[in-house]
Amino acid sequence: MDYRSSKSTDTITGPRSEDVLPHTAAAAVKVVIVGGFGVGKTTMVGSVSEIRPLTTEETMTEAGIGVDDNYGSESKTATTVAMDFGRISISEELVLYLFGTPGQERFWFLWNGLFEGALGAVVLIDTRRLEVSFDVIGRLEERGVPFVVAVNDFPDAPQHPVETLRKALDLDLAVPIMACDARRRESSRDVLMTLMRYLHSLTVARV
Amino acid sequence: MTPPQGPLPGPSNGEPPSRRDAPARDAPAPGAPPQRERRSPDNPERLYILTGEDSERAPSTLVTLIVADGEAAPTAQPEHAAVLRLCRTPLSVAELSAYIALPFSVVTVVLTELLAAELVQARAPIVRSALPDRSLLEAVMHGLQKL
Ligand SMILES: Nc1nc2c(ncn2[C@@H]2O[C@H](COP(=O)(O)OP(=O)(O)OP(=O)(O)O)[C@@H](O)[C@H]2O)c(=O)[nH]1
Ligand SMILES: [Mg+2]
Repeated sequence: MDYRSSKSTDTITGPRSEDVLPHTAAAAVKVVIVGGFGVGKTTMVGSVSEIRPLTTEETMTEAGIGVDDNYGSESKTATTVAMDFGRISISEELVLYLFGTPGQERFWFLWNGLFEGALGAVVLIDTRRLEVSFDVIGRLEERGVPFVVAVNDFPDAPQHPVETLRKALDLDLAVPIMACDARRRESSRDVLMTLMRYLHSLTVARV
Repeated sequence: MTPPQGPLPGPSNGEPPSRRDAPARDAPAPGAPPQRERRSPDNPERLYILTGEDSERAPSTLVTLIVADGEAAPTAQPEHAAVLRLCRTPLSVAELSAYIALPFSVVTVVLTELLAAELVQARAPIVRSALPDRSLLEAVMHGLQKL
C-alpha cells in the first residue's frame, strides 16, 4: 500500500504551541485504559488529558471470522482500527501517556508493544453490560499487567456491592474496585491515582 | 433463590478466596451480575498487518520520544521532512502518527530510516520492570496531584 501518494505532507500541522513538550522531556511512561465497547474509554482519556486527545490508526487485513458489520461480505478485508490517547506532563522530564484501547481486544496486538512496559491498566466497566469487559480482564491477567477496576457511573446501571462485583469478575482481593465518572477530570484522576497507589503497594509487598 | 451473598469470603474471613473458585455457574439469581469465566486458550488470531513487516525489530514504541537532530535535506522524502519539522521539540511516536495521520507501523518505518541516518534521536520510555521503580510511581502520583 502506498501511503506516500495518498496525502500531502505540506499541510501537516503539529502540536499547538501549548501542547509542545519542553526540550527537557526525557522519558515517557504509559497507562492503558481498557474495557468493552462503549464503557467510556475515550471519555476518560479526554477528561484527564492535557492535550486535545489524538488518534493513532493502524491498518490490517483480516481473514475469516466476521469483522464488525458492514465488512462481512468480503472474505478478506482491510480494516482501520483507531486508538485514542492523551497526555499528562508529570514533570519537566517525565510524561505520562494514556491509551484508550480499541474495544475489541483482538486488535490490541496491532500496536506492537502496547501493553509491554505499561505501568498498569484501568479496566472500565459498565454494570449494565459487565460481560463486555470479561475478555479484557483475562487478557491483562495473561500479560501480567496490573490493573484497577473503575465502575463507570451510568444512570440506570444496576448497583452491586463491591464484593459481588469482585466475585463476578473473579478478581483478586487486592485489586482495587472503585466508582468513577469518566466524564469528570477529578474522578478520572482519582482512578489513575488509585492505580499508582496500587502499583506502589505491589512493589512494597514484593520487597 | 437469593444471590450468593451469605458470608462472602471477605477480608475479615481469615481464608482468602481463591481466584479460581468462581461461584456456581448454573441458575444465576435474578439481578445477580453475569459471571466471568476464565479464558480458555484462544483460537489463533487471524489478523495481519498490511504494512511494516519491520515493526517487530523497530526501535520505537508508541511512547518513545523522538527529537530531531538535524534538518531535512531539500531532497528529503516528504515524510522525513515532516517528521524532522514536527520533532524540533520532543514528540512521542503516537503523537507523530496522529499528526502525520499515518499508521503507527508506517511511522515506525520512517523513523527507522531517520535513526539510521542519525537525523533523529529516540528517548526510550521507562517501562514496567519486574520490580517497578517506587520513586517513579511517587513522581507520577505527585504529578497527578497537581492536575
Ligand atoms: N453517565 C455516564 N456516561 C458516560 C460516562 N463515561 C462515558 N459516558 C458516555 O458513554 C458513551 C460512550 O463513551 P465512550 O467514551 O465513547 O466509550 P468508549 O469505551 O470509548 O467506546 P468505544 O471506543 O466505542 O468502545 C458516551 O456517550 C459517553 O458520553 C460516565 O462516567 N457516566
Ligand atoms: Mg472509544
